Amino acid sequence: MLKIDTDRCTGCGICEKICPFTAIVVVDKVARVQANCTLCGACVSRCPTAALSIERRRASEEELRSFSGMVIWGECEEKAGRLVPKKVVRELISQGRRLSDKLDQQLSVVVLGDGRLMELDTLIACGADRVVRCRHPLLGRFTSEGFTCVLSALISQAKPSMFLFGATPHGRELAPKLAALLQLGLTADCTGLDIDEKGQLVQTRPAFGGNIMASIISPYTRPQMATVRPNVFSAGEPDSSRKGKIEDFDVTLSPASIRTKTVSVEKLADEGNIGIEDADIIVAAGRGCQKKENLTLIQELADALGGVMAGSRALVELDWIPHTKQVGQSGLTVGPQLYIAVGISGAVQHLVGMRSAKTVIAINKDPDAPIFKVADLGIVGDAMEIVPLLIKKLKKERIHGRKK
Amino acid sequence: MKILVCIKQVPEITDVTINPETGTLMREGVSSILNPFCEYAMEAALGLKRQRHDTELVAISMGPPQAGSALMRCLEMGADRAALLSDAQFAGSDTWATALTLAEAIKRLEGDFDLILVGKQAIDGDTAQVGPELAEILGLPGIMYAVDIELGPDRKRVRVKREVENGYEVVEIRLPGLVSMSKGPLMRSVSSFQDILDARKKELRVLSASDLELDQDKLGLLGSLTQVVEIFPPRVKSRGELIDGSDAEAATEKAITFLRERRFI
Repeated sequence: MLKIDTDRCTGCGICEKICPFTAIVVVDKVARVQANCTLCGACVSRCPTAALSIERRRASEEELRSFSGMVIWGECEEKAGRLVPKKVVRELISQGRRLSDKLDQQLSVVVLGDGRLMELDTLIACGADRVVRCRHPLLGRFTSEGFTCVLSALISQAKPSMFLFGATPHGRELAPKLAALLQLGLTADCTGLDIDEKGQLVQTRPAFGGNIMASIISPYTRPQMATVRPNVFSAGEPDSSRKGKIEDFDVTLSPASIRTKTVSVEKLADEGNIGIEDADIIVAAGRGCQKKENLTLIQELADALGGVMAGSRALVELDWIPHTKQVGQSGLTVGPQLYIAVGISGAVQHLVGMRSAKTVIAINKDPDAPIFKVADLGIVGDAMEIVPLLIKKLKKERIHGRKK
Repeated sequence: MKILVCIKQVPEITDVTINPETGTLMREGVSSILNPFCEYAMEAALGLKRQRHDTELVAISMGPPQAGSALMRCLEMGADRAALLSDAQFAGSDTWATALTLAEAIKRLEGDFDLILVGKQAIDGDTAQVGPELAEILGLPGIMYAVDIELGPDRKRVRVKREVENGYEVVEIRLPGLVSMSKGPLMRSVSSFQDILDARKKELRVLSASDLELDQDKLGLLGSLTQVVEIFPPRVKSRGELIDGSDAEAATEKAITFLRERRFI
């Protein structure tokens, strides 16, 4: 239960304001817990005098069994003024469906947003049994504090056994906050998920920059939490005949819960542009491109193929490309049909970010460059000599192709 | 003003190789460095200290005794003092146990801080979890993936430019708070001989579990909520064709044929 140290409590009322269940009231300058407290813990870390605490015990087998089903965070993005689920959500649903069927349990997707939330029935068509919609004016834009508050309330009420997030920048911020708040085990950046003979979620992830894989379980706490790399799993075909429910979750959220204040926003890409995470064809540049000016050639090659340009971490560090175009462990994971690596040696951290590419062409001076280990076609040579020639030939090819 | 920078010592990942027979990591002879993202956090802290000379800068790390050399590097860069949490009981900590140990140490020893700076992730584990977990345990507002940080004129707020998926966002929080850094200066600063001499005169405390008065069952492997069950080498894709590009004309012709075969053109 929630304990209140009345000697420490100053009656400031912060807990009363941020409790998602209105389960705390301050009477005579002392906070009091009501019967509807769900032990979600939203108040504990925010008490300025550390007067609140929750005694948590490592759950017994019996307690663990009282948690059931999987929940996926249905992260949304803004498209033409609407909030729609991201592609990674469909990838998670295809995996979630497979795992839930193994356990014969329910698969839910929880979406948070304001009145602009749309296209939620596609989540059911993709395999969800239930969509839980959390709507509130304060949820129109992602804030880790606001979202943590709502999701911790949902977890303490729904008691799911597993909770998955896309390992997107937002997912990687939200999941650890939530895990720390509820004292839950969490595995980052999974590339493989399975269920073991005890019904536990086995989470596989690369470690040491991708040099080694580790399988991890969370044996003591529920829900078992994991963030999952985008573009590792395929999304699966939607089936519009699938049946499911869309339910609303009552959101109580106070502006006091959100302590970060957004001053301004700078978008680097127009809404119409395809991000590298969603691109089918990527031409990626590395240090071997020598000069920033040479990137126009890389862009030209990408244009000739109808693809987009990306780059390695080295180029982000040099400020040649923005972080929104970085492929690799500390950047984005891509899964295109075709990946052309120009002047990229292929450090393990880079390879981890593009391993899901179906076809890889690499151009590099060094015949021992690790990138050639994952390339379907490797060209050992001067990229800045080969690329212009390739563009010239491709331009002819396209014209030739159109004539046919 | 008091700034804490939490740092980690990591192996130079590019030097790590796999023993093909056993599938285990060969870490012998691999050099240890200050995690680059932690170095950015140090740089950001030093930037703030240059603006406000009365700033006290404390570097904190948790790790084996040799992690002291990463803290030494922080002292050379300009930290005023450093603390290393080092104890066999801390071994095997997952991100939760790490964040909890750091949080407890900070609460007990450096509770009067204004700002905590961390790197967005370490290049060996790459989880990016300890920063947000630490903020949550300490009940602090946090901003992740920062590229620039500015102290408000009243010293009570920081304004931070941070990376978001489609660009940047400028966000403000009231202090105390936590910021994780994603970028820093292009050139690593090199310690001068004088920096090295000065660093040796600064305080580097080593603290054990008993110094922190922490319960044993909250520490290390025992306190960890996740458990590694298996470690194995990644699946390696079979190598494709490697052609000589010294004849650019012939090589590009081959590439075109390849693209045609795979129906990209």
